[in-house]
Order: sequence, then structure tokens, then C-alpha cells
Amino acid sequence: MPAGTKFELKPGPATREAFGRALVELGRANKDVVVCDADLSKSTMTVYFQKEFPDRFFSYGIAEANMVAQAAGLAYAGKIPFAASFSAFVMNKGFEQLRVCVAYPNLNVKIVGTHSGISIGEDGPSQMSVEETSLACSLPGFVVLTPADEVSTKALVHAAAAHVGPVFIRTGRPKAPIIYNGDQNFEIGKAVKLLDGTDVTIIANGLLVAEALRAAEMLESEGISTRVLDLHTVKPLDRDAIRRAAWETGAIVAAEEHLVDGGMGVRVAQVVAETTPCPMEFVGIQDTYAESGTPSELLDKYGLLARDVAAAVRKVLARKRR
Amino acid sequence: MPIPVAELQAIAKRVRRDIIEMIGTAGSGHPGGSLSAVEIIVQLYFDFMRIDAKSPKWPDRDRFILSKGHACPVLYSVMAEFGLAPKGKLNTLRKLGSIYQGHPDVRFLPSLEASTGSLGEGLSLALGMGLADRLDGRPCRTYVMLGDGEIQEGQVWESAMSGPFHKLDNVVAIVDYNGIQLDGFVKNIMEVAPLADKWRAYGWHTLEIDGHNFPAIRQALEEAQSTKGRPTCIVAHTVKGKGVSFMENNPKFHGTAPTPDEMRLALQELQ
Repeated sequence: MPAGTKFELKPGPATREAFGRALVELGRANKDVVVCDADLSKSTMTVYFQKEFPDRFFSYGIAEANMVAQAAGLAYAGKIPFAASFSAFVMNKGFEQLRVCVAYPNLNVKIVGTHSGISIGEDGPSQMSVEETSLACSLPGFVVLTPADEVSTKALVHAAAAHVGPVFIRTGRPKAPIIYNGDQNFEIGKAVKLLDGTDVTIIANGLLVAEALRAAEMLESEGISTRVLDLHTVKPLDRDAIRRAAWETGAIVAAEEHLVDGGMGVRVAQVVAETTPCPMEFVGIQDTYAESGTPSELLDKYGLLARDVAAAVRKVLARKRR
Repeated sequence: MPIPVAELQAIAKRVRRDIIEMIGTAGSGHPGGSLSAVEIIVQLYFDFMRIDAKSPKWPDRDRFILSKGHACPVLYSVMAEFGLAPKGKLNTLRKLGSIYQGHPDVRFLPSLEASTGSLGEGLSLALGMGLADRLDGRPCRTYVMLGDGEIQEGQVWESAMSGPFHKLDNVVAIVDYNGIQLDGFVKNIMEVAPLADKWRAYGWHTLEIDGHNFPAIRQALEEAQSTKGRPTCIVAHTVKGKGVSFMENNPKFHGTAPTPDEMRLALQELQ
């Protein structure tokens, strides 16, 4: 996409909804795909799979540790299990099992977290997951994905199933604007350059990709040429795209709906430090737990809107010029 | 035809000697809970499970998972006796690069069925395998051994609840009820009794046996095999450190290797 191209963001479904639909497609294509659920099928949208393939849908009740470890058992015996729950529950209550049962023997288990981030809204911090990127990336051999919209979610769910090895997919509760048309190719470990620019690069994923595009439009009117990368794969990182962003634009803003500590941005910063050091700023949740509220109120209060991304760009450019 | 008990007893004695030598040579490890599990694992490998030493990954094979992974010396020795692992390398236990890792690790020894070591997880693994086998119409049965201290882990009861719910009659849980865990006697650390009642209450067909009596073990495994519609739990009453007088019922030998002198004494007793 050349500089100056305006992005039309169309309304779209939640990424969890796209996941649920893609899972049914996978179920039709491959009889070895099975689903593990912990009493949240109507929220994680695995209910679509359950309706079409009841024999390949396993209910565990509210017991994430057992669910994750049984997914490992299924994978040992040749199945491709997708185990889904809210990110907060599957990653935290299932983490020990992800470590010893899944990651350590490097099994072909797919973990899908829904209701990630603070945009779940009213349910509040016990249900909000803001640390799972950090947790998932700390598991050797795991692929960690954070898709931004319906199109990329569907493509990456298919890519996850085709990949042999453990994968974590981070999806969200609220409706997410559609960014891509059907022509875009998605590859695990390969960032998508949505906008090209010369002054600064915004590296975003999940809900913040749309905010990054809106921020780029705001900045264009100020004469700032912004590159926007969708870093849907947080592990393994697209080191080449990050190095080029640092080298060619000389300033980077990372933007994600996750704690800044241990998030995608700090992983990007490591690559920047190792390749082409440049100033960086980080948009994300600071060292705190959020609260109840509407999703838009929360994104506003906790600084995850286009306005906040644009402010971080101005800040990083001030440092770049110094 | 069942293998004569005398033959199984001879294998068990060799396995006990291996356990003492492996752990004594390594200088660390868990002899007590290895010795308590010998008869059960010997019975399974030599006279019950459908397995083939020449074809470790035969898709229709039965599986054994040692959820109490710290007792791996007994498993390594039995697998080596059976031909599923190299006998000559047993004394490399716990050494850098050894296929005989400190806890079972499929990366180093692929003829193992699962990596274990963090307690409470093996039953879930077994049940997941059972679901896959049933879905694919394979005749496989999966046996999983848990420690009695291990069942203090909450995940065991999550999985215990799910086995009968999913009607997995192709999975058998065996609890090595030796009454001792790392810090002392189970009853003083966190009482697990009445153990059989707990499994019954969770919906398991539950048997209690003497876990050192070969015919009793075989009979229980046969009963589990003929039990349909729900899984079976065999509560096996055992003696920690069985076979070595100064290790029997001695909490010290849960996780302490014998000294060279103790190793000599133990091997004399196991002549």
C-alpha cells in the first residue's frame, strides 16, 4: 500500500467469532481436528464446531488444567486439538500444563484465548487478560498469534492448524473493524505492511492495528509519513521487517492491548537493540489492572486509542530529531 | 497363557537391583517409590499390555504412563528388560545427555509414552489418549500410575471427574498407595484416605489389591479390561522401599540415594 492511501475500515465481527467459523471449516477439512471446551463454548464460539461435530467436541467443565493436559494426550495420540477458553483462564490456570504437558514435549496443541485484553468491558479485571502474550512467549517452541480482524483470524487459524507444533492464538470479545480484503496472504512469522512511510513505523497487533491506521491518517495531516505493520505473529518475530522499520524510518512505536511489560513491544525492542537501535515508544497497558466499563470507555481511559498512538509517534519523533 | 509367577518374580528382583544400582551410581534419585511400583509395572509390561518391543510405535499398542515420574528408574529398568530401551546404559541415569533423564522425557527416550514429572498431570494425558483411541476405533488401552501423595494435586480430581463422564473404559488408573511422600507419612502431610471411597464417589470402578502380589495384579487388570462404560481405578496397597529392609517404610528413601555402603547392603539383600 503506497503512502497516502486511505484505509477504509468496515465494521466486522469479533475475532472470536471468526475463530469459531474457521474452526468449523477446519473440522470439515480434517477429521483429526478436535475441540476441548471448559464451559465457555457459547463465548469462545466453539459451539459452532460442537453443533456440527459433537463426537469431536469434548466438554471438561470449568477445569482448564485438565482440559489443557487432555489436549496434550489427544495430541500424543495423533489428534489436532484446539483447546479454547477466555485467555485469562486457559493461560493462567492452564499454564503449568502448557509448560510441562504441551511445550516441553513440543506437542501439536492449539490454544485459543478469547476475551483478551481490557476491551471485554464490564466483567472487569478478573476476566481480562493482559499478560498472556508474555506467558505464551515464555514457552519454548510456541507460535504466538494475535490477529486483528475477521480475515486475518480465519487465515491464521488455518495456518495454525497446518503448522506442526504448539500455537497460541489471542482473540477478542468486541466487534473488530475489517482491515483486509480476501486477497491478503498471511504467513506465520511474516508481518504485513499495511501502509508504507518514511518518518516512523507503528508496529501493532490485535485491536490496535485499526487504531494505528487511524493514527497514521491523523499524522498525515501533520505531514508525518507513517509506516504501519501488522505484527500478527509475536513469536517467531519477523526480524527482517522490524530491522527494516528501524533502519528505513528510524523511529518505532509499538501498540498493543496488553501490558507493556512482557508484551509484543518489548520483544520488538530486543530485535531493534540487536540490529539497528532507534528510539521507541510503547502504547499498551501500564503496570496496573483495569476496571469495569464499556469497551470504548476503557480503551479511552487506559490510553489505547488512535489519539494515544499518535501522541506516542510525536514523542518518538521528538527523540529522533534530537 | 499367563507367564509363571516365578518368572515375573525373577524379573522383579533384577529390576530392584537395577533401581538400586542406577540411583546409587547417580548419587541422587527416588528409590522408595521406584521399589514400591516394581510388581505392577513388571506385570503390565511382561504379562498384560499389548506391546511389541520390535515396534514401539505400533498404533494399536497399549500404553503406560508413569504420572509419578520421579519413580522413573523402575520404568527404565522394566523397559530395558522388555527390550524397549537399552539395558547397557541404565547406569547413565541423570547424567548429562543420558536417554535416562531424571524424569521421563520423550525427547530423549521416544519409546516412553509421555513426558512427566510435575505431579497431577498423567491421568489427564491418559484420558486424552483414551478419547483419541476411541474416536479412531483403536483397541488400545492406557494405564497410568499415580502416587498417593500425587493425588493431593487438584488436577487429579478434575481429571477423575472427567473419566467416568466421558465413559472412558479404555483407561486404567493405578494408585501406588505406599503411604509415604517426600516430607513424611501421607497421613501427616495431607490425608488422602479413604482413598478407594473417593474414586468410587467420582464414578470409577474401584478395586483394592496388594500391589506386590502378581496374581492379584493380573486379576485386577483383567477385571478392569472387562469393565465397560467407565474407567477403573486400582488402589494398590504397597510398601515404600519394598525389598530392601532398611528402605521399607522409611521416608528418608523417598528421595535420597543410597550411599555406596548402603548400595552394597541393598544389593546383597537382593541376591
